[in-house]
Amino acid sequence: MASAKDIRNQIKAVQNTSKITKAMELVAASKMRKAQNRARDAKSYAEGIERIIHNLMQSHPEYAHPFLVERPQVNRVGVIVVSTDKGLCGGLNSNVLRHALGLMREQQVKIDVLTIGRRGAAFMRRFGANSLGSREEISDAPVIGDIIGLTKIAMNHFIDGKLDRIFLVSSEFINTMTQRPKVVQLLPCPEVREPTHSGYWDYLYEPESREVLDGLLTRYVESLVFNAVIENKACEHSARMVAMKSASDNAKDIIKDLRITYNKARQAAITQEIAEICAGSAATS
Amino acid sequence: MSVPVLVATAEREVYRGDADFLVAPGAAGELGIMPNHAPLLSALKPGELRVHVGDHIDEVFISGGFIEVQPNMITILADSAERATDIDEAAALEATRKAEDGEANRNGDIDYARASSELAIAAARLDWLRKKKRH
Repeated sequence: MASAKDIRNQIKAVQNTSKITKAMELVAASKMRKAQNRARDAKSYAEGIERIIHNLMQSHPEYAHPFLVERPQVNRVGVIVVSTDKGLCGGLNSNVLRHALGLMREQQVKIDVLTIGRRGAAFMRRFGANSLGSREEISDAPVIGDIIGLTKIAMNHFIDGKLDRIFLVSSEFINTMTQRPKVVQLLPCPEVREPTHSGYWDYLYEPESREVLDGLLTRYVESLVFNAVIENKACEHSARMVAMKSASDNAKDIIKDLRITYNKARQAAITQEIAEICAGSAATS
Repeated sequence: MSVPVLVATAEREVYRGDADFLVAPGAAGELGIMPNHAPLLSALKPGELRVHVGDHIDEVFISGGFIEVQPNMITILADSAERATDIDEAAALEATRKAEDGEANRNGDIDYARASSELAIAAARLDWLRKKKRH
């Protein structure tokens, strides 16, 4: 049995750890609230632009933008993976990365990846995937400028025909306890499954259909990626808070167990001492 | 008769509600849109968006973006937007000055296109405020 002093040191160490996890839990909780609000506020734009693209896919524009046309032959696929920069957030990153890996294994063709977040970048490097670009250390209040470089690379590769299809893999925020990995086809824009506008029609464009569609579709891609980043932040802080809370709870349990062991050891030592004294006095009397 | 309108920027929702009539700063000139308008897709330039609801007019300054019109829905995706009530003339003036500086200082390494588009936004915003003041 370990001595009372060893156990005391152990308790101290666990207490220190639990102080840290408790502090991280509190920090994550306050960041989480802000990140969740941000994710909620940004939803309107993303939903608006998705609805527009959904409508656009059902119209019959005279100008067939490359983003709207499914290619008959897919030779190379791009995957954009959104992960966090820091760890200690439960299974969030491993879930997303496992999903991304599953998607990559399904493809019969060569794959290029673009990563957002250091965790994803490190994983893809280890895995040996060919990376076209990476964006790391995005602040807690992301702005659209943070991801424009990366989306530009992706879109240019798509337009040049170096990529024929691009997927976006990210975490979907359900609630504080639940985050789910999500895969969407970013480019070309996915085909409409449930038509809402039937018949042969087209928009009136101002100024020119080409100009409007170029601008709008660029915005669409940026907005989807940006929304994934914002949602990922909400997921990250939520997952971290939950992970840190359970770590603090675990530490509390361990301390409780150690306390009992410590008291037992202390009492055993006292009992033994008394027994020795008694034995000594019995021998001399 | 009215039509639901949504005005949003990438960061937040600016306006959601029904409108009887709407005027937007289209890239090729002002667009007046009534309910049941034919489908329209247009770029927007910096300027004023007016949403008429009954006798009330809601004014939003937008710095460019896109508008999609469907007979039963109008969606405006703005790069940035400010309700008339939250915009401050001093801040607008400051922004114009900064943008002008940026344009004056262009010597190769400053992005001219960006500076002039910033100037266009700042100037449009200031014009709009001045017009408001006169009323």
